[in-house]
Amino acid sequence: MQIKPILAALRRHKAGTFLIAAQIALTLAIVCNALFIIQQRVAHLSEPSGIDEANIFVIKNEWVGAPGPDQADARMREDLQVLRQLPGVQNATPSNSYPLRGSGWDDAVRLKPDQVQDSSGSTIYFADEHFVDTLDLKLIAGRNFRAEEVGHMDMRYRLAPPIVMITKALAQKLFPGDSAVGKTIYMVGGPATVIGVVDLLQAQSVEHWASEFAYRAVIIPERLNLSLGSFYIVRTKPGQLATTMPAAVKALFAENPRRVINDDDGILSFKEVRSRAYERDRGMAILMGVICVVLLAITAAGIVGLTSFWVGQRRKQIGVRRALGATQQDVLQYFMTENFLISCGGVLMGAVLAIAINLWMVTRFEMHRLSLVYLIVGVVLLLLLGQGAVLAPALRASRVPPVEATRSV
Amino acid sequence: MLSYYLDLALRSLRRNRILTALMVVAIALGIGASMTTLTVLHVLSGDPLPGTSQTLFYPQVDPRDMDGYEEGKRPPDQVTWVDGMNLLRAKRADRQALMTGGAVPVQPTQSNIDPFFSDARFTSSDFFPMFKVPFLYGRAWSESEDSAKARVVVISRVLNEKLFGGKDSIGQTLRMKDTAFQVIGVIDTWRPSPRFYDLNMDTYGSMEDVFVPLSTARDVRFDHSGSTDCWGTGGGDNDRAEISPCVWLQFWVQLGDAGKVAAYRDYLVHYSQEQKALGRFQRPPNAQLPGLMEWMDINKVVPGDVRLQTWLALGFLLVCLVNTVGLMLAKFLRRSGELGVRRALGASKREVFAQLLVESAVIGLAGGFFGLLLAFAGLWLVRQQPSSYAALAHMSPGMLLVTFLLAVGATLLAGLLPAWRACQITPALQLKSQ
Repeated sequence: MQIKPILAALRRHKAGTFLIAAQIALTLAIVCNALFIIQQRVAHLSEPSGIDEANIFVIKNEWVGAPGPDQADARMREDLQVLRQLPGVQNATPSNSYPLRGSGWDDAVRLKPDQVQDSSGSTIYFADEHFVDTLDLKLIAGRNFRAEEVGHMDMRYRLAPPIVMITKALAQKLFPGDSAVGKTIYMVGGPATVIGVVDLLQAQSVEHWASEFAYRAVIIPERLNLSLGSFYIVRTKPGQLATTMPAAVKALFAENPRRVINDDDGILSFKEVRSRAYERDRGMAILMGVICVVLLAITAAGIVGLTSFWVGQRRKQIGVRRALGATQQDVLQYFMTENFLISCGGVLMGAVLAIAINLWMVTRFEMHRLSLVYLIVGVVLLLLLGQGAVLAPALRASRVPPVEATRSV
Repeated sequence: MLSYYLDLALRSLRRNRILTALMVVAIALGIGASMTTLTVLHVLSGDPLPGTSQTLFYPQVDPRDMDGYEEGKRPPDQVTWVDGMNLLRAKRADRQALMTGGAVPVQPTQSNIDPFFSDARFTSSDFFPMFKVPFLYGRAWSESEDSAKARVVVISRVLNEKLFGGKDSIGQTLRMKDTAFQVIGVIDTWRPSPRFYDLNMDTYGSMEDVFVPLSTARDVRFDHSGSTDCWGTGGGDNDRAEISPCVWLQFWVQLGDAGKVAAYRDYLVHYSQEQKALGRFQRPPNAQLPGLMEWMDINKVVPGDVRLQTWLALGFLLVCLVNTVGLMLAKFLRRSGELGVRRALGASKREVFAQLLVESAVIGLAGGFFGLLLAFAGLWLVRQQPSSYAALAHMSPGMLLVTFLLAVGATLLAGLLPAWRACQITPALQLKSQ
């Protein structure tokens, strides 16, 4: 295939050529970045929580009036008894928060009392001895809390538990290559000995600001009693979630009606928790996907339109070429190659633009560097799109009969 | 002449229906996407209190200890009780209000309504005149009621509907946390967005339902909510909130002119130095006085995703326009013959140019019209989203005008190059080849 005559012809259509190339370049730049954003969001929302999501639901209980700390704790223990005795319930535990909740208590962990820089941030989960079983966590080292080790506190006290459990991610950060069990860490209120390590437990926030300490959590052996209320995490026997949820609320009210369990978020299955935590990410991924598809469609339509014009304009030349002995195949190849050359120019500009846009987004938005894979996927996609779009007009061109050469206009 | 050009344009557009449709659809999609996202951005980054916001300022001082000190970092986002009360009592500004958010258990006397929690705001008295809060019934509390810890409450129109059936409830009793409060005011619908005065709360949510004097709220020990940031030996204990080294209150001032702003800034520096001399502050004085809109910027109130979507939509519009330029160019050049005849018959370059621009304007108008429909559909979709700002996504008359100007302007711009190129043809050459 001879490229020179094609280039010569393109030189006579500078503006048109440039416009198609520019459109391909812009499309590539946007599609690459959009695909990359989709991938990031999808990867983000498929991070595991580490708990038995299918069978867990969460009750947010608020007391009416303001029970004192001891009274609140007594009521909390009664509630837990009620929940654990329900037929469908496997186990239940009180906590200040749970994975994907969105907000909660985060605190710094240090290795020495007088350290200025924190060793790590971490999520603080308050728990009793049923926490590990209720969430179905895997204890990979050390032991669980014993019932007699679990105390209760309210905001009056400082956070200074004698023992804690931590997650594997935090253990690896604090004691790389070493067992964490038996070691001492310093919380805001004082030292605590690590007695156990659990495998995987996601943080309560999956927002960008918390990503630095994702999966690093400290589990405190205290029931946290806030007069504003706390959470009961309940794990049901397999398949009994739907029937147990309303039964649990009913049982709690039967035991003590002086409480508030909100209609809209008072009781949530973990499936709902997950969809609430990630609805923004999911929405963004869908939007990006739709934009990509529409953008590609418009660009393809633009190529079809412009090439059709060119074919119409050159009917006479095509006829002459055919009369001089060019086969249908030659004419087809001519237009395919022409498009390929333009597309190559376009994707070259587009690749530069895509990287520039990505670098700009890294500074302005919470973005990572564009991986080259997405650039390559985008380039191949657009080259194929160009060839596919040009096929129909090119086929029409190849069917121009040689006799066209003899007709005027 | 214009009607003739219009007639020509319509004829030409009808000749190539598919192509015309393609151009209109591309413009409509681009305009629809851009206007949807721009409207959301416009709503979210709008001025919550037009006419007043430029006089509102958010004083910040740095009361923390030297632990983790870095030069040039901003002071904490909120103030401690001690600083807040000092600044409030100093009365150096035209108006000033110290406040925090909270949740209160409401115990209705009506037996058919279960107790429930309401979002509340505990604030000093200037809150209402300073933020121009509209009252439906009654009034705000006075400074003397504030300092006397009076058991008075101002409620929202929504809560008034729920508890008192929307009637004038002034003088009625409202029980909260086993304490009786007298209703002295009902606030009419008021929804500044963003809800600038406390960014710890849902920024685009609706306002609180219960307003109680700050001193009263502390006296009854209502739980405060929002962010509490402590250092040193601080803990988030509600009972010791007045003395713990924690910031948990928002403090706003109103300053009428630039001179007062400068004077207040000096006062904050002076105050910090004084507190350092007293041994309360340890860091070098770091006083800031951002204005309301500046404070919104510093806190990046507009969600990053919304800005990202706006850029994406504008990029999308650009591709659509480039697409249209290309198609129009091809189309106009293809009509070289026809244009050559017109030129040869005496039409000037300018007239041909005008004719072609009319044609692109017709496409722009059609694109703008369909784009507007798409934007309405897009905004409807946004309103179905669960985010708190969703309900605010409405097209304003201003944005409506912008949509049309953008559509026609963009298409005219897109028509410029093709029309100019098409005018450059020499009539003789075109006629010869016929």
